[in-house]
Amino acid sequence: MDSIRESLLKKSKATKKDRFARVITFSALLLIVVVVISIFLFVASKGLATFFTNKVNLWDFLSGKKWAPGQTNAQGQPLTGALPMITGSFLVTLIAALVATPFAIGTAVFMTEISPKHGAKILGPVTELLVGIPSVVYGFIGLSVIVPVMRHIFGGSGFGIIAGAMVLFIMILPTVTSMTVDTLKSVPRHYRESALALGATRWQMIYKVILRSATPGILTAVVFGMARAFGEALAVQMVIGNAPLMPKGLTSPSSTLTSILTQGIGNTVMGSLENNALWSLALILLLMSLVFNIIMRAIAKKGAM
Amino acid sequence: MKRNWLISAAIVIVAVCLLTFGYATRQKDNGVNITAVGSTALQPLVEAAGEDFASENKGVYVNVQGGGTGTGLAQIQSGAVDLGNSDMFAGEKDAINDKKLVDHKVSVVGISPMINKEAQVDHLTKQQLIAIFTKKVTNWRQVGGADLPIILINRVTGSGTRATFEKWGLDGAKSADSQEQESSGTVQSMVSSTPGAISYASFGYLNDSVVAPKIDGVTPTNEHVISGKWPIWSYEHIYTNGQPTGEVKQFLAYIDSKHIQKTLVPKLGYISVHDMKVSRDENGKLSTVD
Amino acid sequence: MLNPKQSDKLASIILYTIAGLVILILAALVGYILVQGVPHLSWHFLTSSSSAFTAGGGIGVQLFNSFYLLIITMLISFPIALGAGVYLHEYANQKSRLIQLIRTAIEILSSLPSVVVGLFGFLLFVVQFKLGFSILSGAIALTFFNLPLLTRSVEESLRSIPDLQREAGAALGLSRWETVGHIILPAAVPSIVTGVVLSAGRVFGEAAALIYTAGQSAPALDFGDWNPFNTASPLNIMRPAETLAVHIWKVNSEGIMPDAAAVSAGASAVLIIAVLLFNFFARFLSNVLYKRLTATK
Repeated sequence: MDSIRESLLKKSKATKKDRFARVITFSALLLIVVVVISIFLFVASKGLATFFTNKVNLWDFLSGKKWAPGQTNAQGQPLTGALPMITGSFLVTLIAALVATPFAIGTAVFMTEISPKHGAKILGPVTELLVGIPSVVYGFIGLSVIVPVMRHIFGGSGFGIIAGAMVLFIMILPTVTSMTVDTLKSVPRHYRESALALGATRWQMIYKVILRSATPGILTAVVFGMARAFGEALAVQMVIGNAPLMPKGLTSPSSTLTSILTQGIGNTVMGSLENNALWSLALILLLMSLVFNIIMRAIAKKGAM
Repeated sequence: MKRNWLISAAIVIVAVCLLTFGYATRQKDNGVNITAVGSTALQPLVEAAGEDFASENKGVYVNVQGGGTGTGLAQIQSGAVDLGNSDMFAGEKDAINDKKLVDHKVSVVGISPMINKEAQVDHLTKQQLIAIFTKKVTNWRQVGGADLPIILINRVTGSGTRATFEKWGLDGAKSADSQEQESSGTVQSMVSSTPGAISYASFGYLNDSVVAPKIDGVTPTNEHVISGKWPIWSYEHIYTNGQPTGEVKQFLAYIDSKHIQKTLVPKLGYISVHDMKVSRDENGKLSTVD
Repeated sequence: MLNPKQSDKLASIILYTIAGLVILILAALVGYILVQGVPHLSWHFLTSSSSAFTAGGGIGVQLFNSFYLLIITMLISFPIALGAGVYLHEYANQKSRLIQLIRTAIEILSSLPSVVVGLFGFLLFVVQFKLGFSILSGAIALTFFNLPLLTRSVEESLRSIPDLQREAGAALGLSRWETVGHIILPAAVPSIVTGVVLSAGRVFGEAAALIYTAGQSAPALDFGDWNPFNTASPLNIMRPAETLAVHIWKVNSEGIMPDAAAVSAGASAVLIIAVLLFNFFARFLSNVLYKRLTATK
């Protein structure tokens, strides 16, 4: 009697294994969380030092227009105005996303609704290939192809926000497109069939049914591409002109948060104000990607109704 | 299922055996590692000298990394590395306490303005140069060239090349806000491809694709740097934390030896410290060497 | 006003144009890199070691380093990402606030500029833990940078397996782990492999995170010595290792060799070809695995 009872109440081997697997997988997740938290703390401690140790006014930092942390203004305050870079980052990101969206949607629709066979064969491998190209190479192509073209069209030096946005456009296009393709694919088949059964043309079906129901997914893809663009450094740095000035127009040299951060960090001394100010830029980047993330989540939630 | 387990166990056992065998038979002279970090401009020289040094001294490895002058000075100050490569005097960086650091000047590098060919300018006065970099002059026509707007390209704030150029080329004037680039190679290719662009770089980057103008009638050549006629030059420094000892000392002596100074240094576009007829101290005081 | 038929035609034309344009742009990009680079390729270029200031240097060591670093990085990051992805999708309570927070944190990490990750790795591993400029430091830094992407793609792959499969497993009396191990993961292999290939591409092309961790010097290797504890051995994980992408960056920014442009173009082409070969190889492997693990013929 007892042995039966025991064997019934005892945890089975499968349960034990399951428990074990649960612990293992959970510790993997925990490890990632520790990594994330340590990086956050690291960037925050360095980035906040500008405000606490070096006593820079937060508002001056965000709204100041002159970036020269090594120099001081008339009041003896260091010149740490990050507004030009913040503006530059937003402008290139927005323009790149604005240009990329119609292209991405068009290509994705073509590849899922019009010619699925060719779509899968061409786009997949090309996307995977393009992520592997180092951003230096993108930057170099930008320098030797895009900048001269811009100079030809708009005059001036050719370096500027437009050139930066074009390079980013090419860089994020594959990502946004392949994410849009995934969304379009997840639109249930019976939507398409119902629309066609009602006598809709292919375009009406695409426009009135598929794109409508895929809108949240497409928006997520675009915001994801924007987050990518926001964090990209080396390629933009080579074509945007990299001048820490308020952008006067779309074709005048300006700079982004990442470009100033990347090129300055090796030339400043750890712990100095110049260095801390750069970490503050990194902190802004981190917070911005948080914002992008929240936007994505909000869109996904709305779409999930 | 059983068989799979056996196979995996066998693989693990074989791998462990191989590793143990490898560990037991490793070369015992893994010896000394000298790590140098800092200026990317100095990296090729130290790297090449390090390879020669390692081949002559068994068991010593010289590990040379870039990372920038700021990183090099910060790391040598904190004692994390053996050698800190720098384009400028440690005292010129505010955040560096140079009391403990020992300076070893390993070579001299000349820096020259470079101008895009389409500007059609091949000589400038120093006043004109200063006027261009402070944006008092904005068209090449004003200094005798083509009718083309001037496009300034600077190296990034904090770079040794920029500091030297502003101090000796612009007589201490700060360059106006403009484009900034991180590296000499990028600057060089930008100047050669952008009509009307002007920037500066060390002599090693000058070639036929850009114009290196005469300043006040002096051409930017090694001879003029050596004689002190060409004012824009700086030392390349290797810093140690405290007086060097042992292999580090030997290595620094090796870099300073005739062998390196006569062969590698000129090949890389640098000038040997021993050839200089003038010398300069941290505050910029010039004196002649006999 | 166009009637529906006409607008359908017009839309089709526009869509064809856009798709054609995009393919043209991307093809031109790849073509440009290949056309610029391929003429510089030679057996000598692929096998000899690089030179700092004379012409005729190769990329042999860098090419090996890239692959080796990629393998080490994957060995570290794939098990962690797989575990975390499985927990997130199969075990975790999806409605829990904490899990939501963790997801957000992971995604933010993925959009951090790589130079920040590189500097973090430099201060922590290279300096604090005294690992020095080494393949190990580089692999850990790349793991940081790789984990969010990989975890996300594992999770997405698991999500794409219909719940029907899980219910079937449960109905057969399998524990959750048995269901995951025997049904879900095998079915998800192809899409997990796609994720791995994508992140491998990024690892291959990454430069900024490695400059401060794996270093930017490539000491000559002794390819006859495969003992991982010897300094000159290619397998040693404590040696500094400049990868192909870092080499391209260095040549472009500071290179003073007379053939810098050619080296950079050739190396870029090699990088693309390497990524391409890697993709083919991974696809092949995933097909074999998929066939062996599932009942597909």
